[in-house]
Amino acid sequence: MTSADPGFLGRLSWDAFPVAGLIQNPSTNEIVANAAAAIVLVGAVSVIGLLSWFRLWGPLWRDWLTSVDHKKIGIMYIVFAIVMLARGVLEGVVMRAQQAAGPGEGFLEPEHFAELFSTHGTIMIFFVAVPFVFGIANFVVPLMIGARDVAFPRLNQISLGLTVSAGMMLMVSLVVGRFSTGGWTAYPPYTGAAFNPGVGPDYWIWAIVVSGVGTTLTGINFAVTIYKLRAPGMKFMRLPMYCWTIICSSILIIFAMPPLGVAALLLAADRYLDFHFFTNDLGGNMMNYANLFWLFGHPEVYLLVLPAYGIYSEIFATFSAKRLYGYNSLVIATMSIAVLSFTVWLHHFFTMGQSALINAVFGIATMLIAIPTGVKVYDWMATLWRGRIRFSVPMLYGLAFLMLFVIGGLSGVILANPTVDYQVHNTLFLVAHFHNVLLPGVLFGLLAAYNYWFPKAFGFRLNEGWGRVTVALWTVGFMLTFMPLYFVGLMGMPRRSYSWEDPSFHPFMIVAVLGALVILCALLSVLVQLWVSIRDREKTRVLVGDPWDGRTLEWSIPAPPPPYNFAIIPQVTDRDDFAARKQRGEAYPTPQSYEDIEMPRNTGIGFILCVSSGVWMFALVWWIWWLAILMTVMMLLAVIVWSFDTSTEIIIPAEEVRKDHEAWLDQVHSAQAVDRDYEASTENQGLARPDLEAVT
Amino acid sequence: MRRAPSHSYPGLNLGEDHASAHKFTEVVTFGFWVFLMSDLVYFGLMFAIYITMIDAQAGGPGPHELFDLKSIFAQTLILLTSSLTVGLAMLALKYNLPRGRIVLWFGVTLILGLSFLVLEIRDFMAMAEKGGIPQRSGFLSAFYGLVPLHGLHVAAGCLWLVVLGIQLRVMGLTDLIMSRVVRLALFWHFLDLIWIGIITIVYFGGLSYG
Repeated sequence: MTSADPGFLGRLSWDAFPVAGLIQNPSTNEIVANAAAAIVLVGAVSVIGLLSWFRLWGPLWRDWLTSVDHKKIGIMYIVFAIVMLARGVLEGVVMRAQQAAGPGEGFLEPEHFAELFSTHGTIMIFFVAVPFVFGIANFVVPLMIGARDVAFPRLNQISLGLTVSAGMMLMVSLVVGRFSTGGWTAYPPYTGAAFNPGVGPDYWIWAIVVSGVGTTLTGINFAVTIYKLRAPGMKFMRLPMYCWTIICSSILIIFAMPPLGVAALLLAADRYLDFHFFTNDLGGNMMNYANLFWLFGHPEVYLLVLPAYGIYSEIFATFSAKRLYGYNSLVIATMSIAVLSFTVWLHHFFTMGQSALINAVFGIATMLIAIPTGVKVYDWMATLWRGRIRFSVPMLYGLAFLMLFVIGGLSGVILANPTVDYQVHNTLFLVAHFHNVLLPGVLFGLLAAYNYWFPKAFGFRLNEGWGRVTVALWTVGFMLTFMPLYFVGLMGMPRRSYSWEDPSFHPFMIVAVLGALVILCALLSVLVQLWVSIRDREKTRVLVGDPWDGRTLEWSIPAPPPPYNFAIIPQVTDRDDFAARKQRGEAYPTPQSYEDIEMPRNTGIGFILCVSSGVWMFALVWWIWWLAILMTVMMLLAVIVWSFDTSTEIIIPAEEVRKDHEAWLDQVHSAQAVDRDYEASTENQGLARPDLEAVT
Repeated sequence: MRRAPSHSYPGLNLGEDHASAHKFTEVVTFGFWVFLMSDLVYFGLMFAIYITMIDAQAGGPGPHELFDLKSIFAQTLILLTSSLTVGLAMLALKYNLPRGRIVLWFGVTLILGLSFLVLEIRDFMAMAEKGGIPQRSGFLSAFYGLVPLHGLHVAAGCLWLVVLGIQLRVMGLTDLIMSRVVRLALFWHFLDLIWIGIITIVYFGGLSYG
């Protein structure tokens, strides 16, 4: 243990709280830090207050926190991701404001600015993109493959618990102590004990380790779910495109999360136990860290963007009322990207001393990825070609994606050339590039998915008008914020600078901060859309469950789906099975008989591990060793005791299933079918009118 | 010819007509394999780190001063024998022998596992006496990052043996417990496999190139 007096509270003291800084040194910088801490505290207190006022603790515990239903776990992931998104966006706005203040100006201290870009990156990747992607996957995948739950429902709950507790560490770091200043990549030796003895890198390490375990378990869960739980008749080449992307994403997780865990744990060994993996002295070698981190980091961006590709594939097919064009080539392209993503990690550090030959090999490998991606873009455009396109909200996101993502992809091919990379690495050009692929690629895809599957989850549609406003704000905000960064990057402005001197940067920075404000409005617009939609929900009910004339199995069941999803497990005969059934006029068959359904029983294990892993991380960060040991024992005991509990199933009697299913079938038969051109009107009850001429 | 369902998992006797039990075992066993593959990546990376740091001795003690092959030989014999005894537990399961037999082989495996750990810790202490502590050099950090990681896995396996042994006594040979026995056996063999890597790369490799 590196020096330190292991007192009862380790190295935790009054100075760890930002209020102490405000009292000692009142400045704008301290006010911003304290405002952030206050937002976290006020947010936490008001959530607790509201839950108590409306007496919701009981329902919250019974229906959500202990639930193992994949649909509810998915929704909880998404709520968590949106809360974290709010923080990430706010940090982005503060950073843009700092850089727009003028040459040598600004209201933040360098350390504070460094904390901001470190938390911004860490949050956006690990606590927005990953939970949002797997929140959607949790909700959608079992419904798409005709399963009643994921392969390991209880493990799924544990994954959620670990991800949330790690995210909470990021929130705690605003109130107690300070987060790392080492960027989201946390390169040693800067983040080693010699240069950074504080708690910052430790917050980063443990948040990454614990959320990494959660994500790995999720990856295993979804790989097994899609391999083993597909409905009878759903061969691999009948799997919806989205499920293909999730299976590739899961494989990427299984093989790419361990390098991150190893990198973070070895850094922890350096910091806590004085090892020499990445130190400057005694044979440490930080290049090992760079290789480990990017061995994870590059597959990571594909494990985020592939599911978004899958979402767009579903959306383009549905809203063009056509079968997806080039299914086989899309499957092959997805798999190729997944494999290639493991061969390009070195392009993240072309300038760190490899030979020209090695750089060239990795540069070429990187450019190769553009080929399968290009195949996909053409397939999507061909899907749109001569389709009966409706410009509904998910489709608008899709179109914005097609146009903007190609720009981001092309700037990536430019960066893949090592000679060019030498000129623009570590500039805002790079920042512009990866925001250009992550926003229109991943975030737009997730928001499109949110609009697309929301009616399936809650039984009513989101407001179309506010949805369009939101799309416009995100698109304009993105372009205003990040397009100028390409230019200042080419002009030589380094990334992560809290201040700069060249006056010619100023106009670009002002445009960028205006763009950031538009993005802030876009985020607010997401919330307004949700509010308006809940208020007007009676007018947009789609209880029959098929509001968009969908093509895959999830649209063939009620909205919201019953806990067991499918009263009768469907027999799949076609790739777009539900579309084919609708064409044959067999969309809503009346079953001959019903069977008892066995479902997993609720459990508190995920919540227990969530809380205990959270306290465990806090204890490790602050060197409160007794508490860390106590929590380790508690987690072990919890798992062991839990393994003795064998009454893990409940039976839903056939009679109950029959009653619910027949009530829904009555709704189906009495509903007015709506033509897909009128799907945004109040007439849409979720029953699509069969359309004989256009389906190909 | 189609194989009878009772053979679909070697060593597991679930009977002929337990379709749901087979489905459960199939899914869980497959999932466990996937988990092991992920764990294997951890070890693979630690092997890679060790190989890159074999020369990073920074003037500290190296493999020739520190490694004691006699003790490694004994540890190897013990661990390989423990794989045999886990295998015998699996055979007892397959041939419907009384569950006491499984518990017995579990007990023998546990003793072997614990003896392995005792020898390993004795090795570490002997190394520390010669100045071979992880804080000394990059090479030693890499050694202590890898070999005790395997040891930690063995310790976890021992804890699992105890818990599952108790569950066998308390809960009997249910489908769930049988599938846990299969997974524990997989895990134990996996640790053996890693150990083979450790003697080849860490010890022999270290002595050849260090």
